[in-house]
Amino acid sequence: MNALEVKDLGVRLGGTEVLREITFSLPRASCLAVIGPNGAGKTVLLRALIGALPHTGTIAWAADTVLGYVPQKLDMERDLPLNGRDFLRARAALAGSSREMQLEALRSVGLAEEILSTPIGNMSGGQFQRLLIAFALLGRPNVLLLDEPAAGIDAPGQEQLNEVLHTLQDSRAMTVLLVSHDLSVVYSHADYVLCLGRHGSCFGPPRAALTAERLYEVYGQPLGFHVHDHS
Amino acid sequence: MSTTIHEVGPALGSLALSGLMAVAAGLMGSFAVMRRMVLAADPISHIALPGIGIALILRINPLWGALGLLLLGAVLIWAVERRVRIATEAVIGVTFAVALAIGSIITSGEELIDALLGAPGTLTVPEVAFGIGGSLLVIAFVLRARNALIVRLVSPEIALTAAVNVARLDLYFLLAFALTVGLGLRFLGVLLMGSLIIIPAAIARRYARSLGTMLSISVATAVCSTIAGAYVASLAGRPSGPFIVMVAGGLFFLSLLRRRES
Repeated sequence: MNALEVKDLGVRLGGTEVLREITFSLPRASCLAVIGPNGAGKTVLLRALIGALPHTGTIAWAADTVLGYVPQKLDMERDLPLNGRDFLRARAALAGSSREMQLEALRSVGLAEEILSTPIGNMSGGQFQRLLIAFALLGRPNVLLLDEPAAGIDAPGQEQLNEVLHTLQDSRAMTVLLVSHDLSVVYSHADYVLCLGRHGSCFGPPRAALTAERLYEVYGQPLGFHVHDHS
Repeated sequence: MSTTIHEVGPALGSLALSGLMAVAAGLMGSFAVMRRMVLAADPISHIALPGIGIALILRINPLWGALGLLLLGAVLIWAVERRVRIATEAVIGVTFAVALAIGSIITSGEELIDALLGAPGTLTVPEVAFGIGGSLLVIAFVLRARNALIVRLVSPEIALTAAVNVARLDLYFLLAFALTVGLGLRFLGVLLMGSLIIIPAAIARRYARSLGTMLSISVATAVCSTIAGAYVASLAGRPSGPFIVMVAGGLFFLSLLRRRES
């Protein structure tokens, strides 16, 4: 049974058509990577999927779906007087999660308990991003949507983050939708890829869907990326 | 010369009431500052002025006219912001500069000064009831909705996935903000009430490293400023607003002397 079925999805923002005729379905516990150049509508797609934007076409989540969302850009300043505890406690209170569940969420993303008393302004980009994932986990989601979670994080931080996501998907049988610019992550972690380009979209398993020609169509230029197939 | 119980009673009541109003202002201010509504606080309070003018023409208590227009203004900002999706501050700024202009045309003389700066004198029973009820309502709202407000502050989309009705929460927040302005009008007037909401929270933001500390410092500063300012004003027999804001402003400049810990 599928976690998500999308048919002929279209989104217009301020008179501009951002998404058009997007159709795909995603099996449970699979990982979908959404790729495409800047302005292709990746964030818009995620926002439409969580119900934050009006759209045409149909978006059908499985009946038992609980969404967790990790946005790319936060509309808040990082030097606010909030620490990790304020952050998690607020989300936990809304979800009815216990303190033990807060600690469990922290452990799931590889953060130590000390982060609770750390002001968010003092956290590294990677720590904050993992805190946001822990924040999303407190709602006990079975689907996690992440918008470029690795943006602005150094290489070791990105690797740690990818590992966390992979573990979460495996241990909790979670369906993951991930916007990413990193094609190596797409090939190594994603079961499916949805590419959004100016001249249409494509969907399928990465190795089948992402041909050199298709990448050229999506990005409008040849990409110097080669898949090393050891099989 | 000794002071009689009849003089002390109303004075203490007024002091307690202004203290309760200051608690509400400190709490609202904390979230307003975190939501970057610093510049919006003053213009919002200006919307009360035409309401005061209309109430004076209709010969009803100016407070009710002010409150009516403040709440109407909050709904207007909410609706405009949702429709045109531009920054709250721009909407508030333009709308309420116009409100101030209209208000100063239809209000005049001594009434205008009282409306702008806060009127000295004894509070009526309905004013006391409104002060207590309104303050408790704002305090209860902030304390009850604080988790949803924090999650909404982090991201409206996350709030949506946490089953928070963001549009409704935003409306309640603006109404609570307008109500807080209404609570302080009697003490601080139209021009200065926004300052009592913002200055204590701005001081708290410099020092606080957690939400609890932010709320505590903001509330303590608002209460101290209000009580000290109102006391000095009563000794001088002058409107209380300017004295309250002078104390709060003084504390703000003092806070700048001490470097914030990183």
